[in-house]
Amino acid sequence: MAVKVIIPTPLRAYAGKQESAEMEAGTVREALAGLTTRFGELKKHLYSDDGRLRSFVNVYVNDEDIRYLEKEDTQLRDGDIVSIVPSIAGGTSK
Amino acid sequence: MATKITIPNAPEAGNASASLSKEEIMRYSRHLIMPEVGMEGQLKLKQAKVLCIGTGGLGAPLGLYLAAAGVGRIGLVDFDRVDLTNLQRQILFDTNDIGRPKIEAATNRLRNLNPDIRIDTFETRLTSENALDIVKDYDIVVDGTDNFPTRYLVNDACVILGKPNVYGSIFRFEGQITVFAYPGGPCYRCLYPEPPPPGLVPSCAEGGVLGVLPGIVGAIQAVETLKLIIGKGEPLVGRLLLFDALAMRFRELKLRKNPECPVCGGHPTITKLIDYEEFCGIRGEESATSPQTAVPEITPRELKSRLDRGDDLFILDVREPHEYQICNLGGQLIPLGELSRRVNELDSSREIVAHCRSGKRSAEAVEFLRGAGFRKVLNLKGGILAWSDEVDASVPKY
Repeated sequence: MAVKVIIPTPLRAYAGKQESAEMEAGTVREALAGLTTRFGELKKHLYSDDGRLRSFVNVYVNDEDIRYLEKEDTQLRDGDIVSIVPSIAGGTSK
Repeated sequence: MATKITIPNAPEAGNASASLSKEEIMRYSRHLIMPEVGMEGQLKLKQAKVLCIGTGGLGAPLGLYLAAAGVGRIGLVDFDRVDLTNLQRQILFDTNDIGRPKIEAATNRLRNLNPDIRIDTFETRLTSENALDIVKDYDIVVDGTDNFPTRYLVNDACVILGKPNVYGSIFRFEGQITVFAYPGGPCYRCLYPEPPPPGLVPSCAEGGVLGVLPGIVGAIQAVETLKLIIGKGEPLVGRLLLFDALAMRFRELKLRKNPECPVCGGHPTITKLIDYEEFCGIRGEESATSPQTAVPEITPRELKSRLDRGDDLFILDVREPHEYQICNLGGQLIPLGELSRRVNELDSSREIVAHCRSGKRSAEAVEFLRGAGFRKVLNLKGGILAWSDEVDASVPKY
């Protein structure tokens, strides 16, 4: 399935400064694997050492949180938008 | 205990027999002629008590709009002083305020804007010890802080006390806004159970913020606060609003209450405030920002005298190209993010001094290079900021 992965500003530095990436993927897992293959540095920001998605990084398919779908096994359809949304704390930016 | 100073002679908010004076009717006339606010809504605003945590980028538009709208009692929490770098976005302050406590400058500005409201000031850092005591007197809390420990602290205090938490956060060109801890709605921990470990938090290399961005996000927080008070419209509950100023696009994601949330779920395991620095893996601010204590260093003065002596030193600047344009020490520029693949550009037989803005990124660079077999690598202690302070004041600080 042709999907678009939206890369958030804090992670763009590790993803060739791209705002988004077009991927061929059947599941969220495949989409993220494709992304981290293309941008190796991104991997440690998305996954912990035990290979689990980090808990301050949420992933959405369209507007739904994958934790409430089938997690990384969530199926993708053509045209789906996968958003990576990490927590940001800034309020004044020191 | 927090020091609470109540402004004398200010009218009492929360007065049950509240009514509007002739002058107030004039002041709020553009609210009063709208049926969604009207006299009923304006009296609710007058009786409302809102706590603004932080008077910086988000707190500025927020405080101004809440005061202008006639929110009867506004609490301000901040411990900082105004500095020159704040003025690019913190529109509560002006150049004359530099060096003043933010809380004092903010109170002054808001009181001039609306002398009819009461302003409570808490010149303190919000802590696990004082948070419940400060929050308990207010109806709504607005989170305009700038760090993870305080975000979790504000969240937990709001959940424990049952106060809605109007949340906004910003990064560069992006903002996130929602309302947490609204009855039946999700909390911050439902969205993010844990904070990022300190090492993965974006450093100053990726920092910065467009000055208008907190203006927009803080103004949205103000809208949500006013809506909650007057009870009109659809609150931003269960929805995470994302704003991207570069693309000029708003998106909305579903935000669900986690039934297993440790603080707001059915069987909470966190029922009182904890140590949030520890929870966020931070022990004091220094340890969060200075891994460089472990790597060999050189002070700016030592570097200067060695350069003057004619020692063969290779200066490696690991900042970003746009920072190099602001100022530089004439070093070879290899941004930290590119170091691993450009390491072959470096000569391991030469002595290398790595630097960045403050010494944090270059400490990482030194650690990396030592791991890669470089023996003679030093970190410039305090970076270009310290160089400017100790060696050459003509180098601008940023």
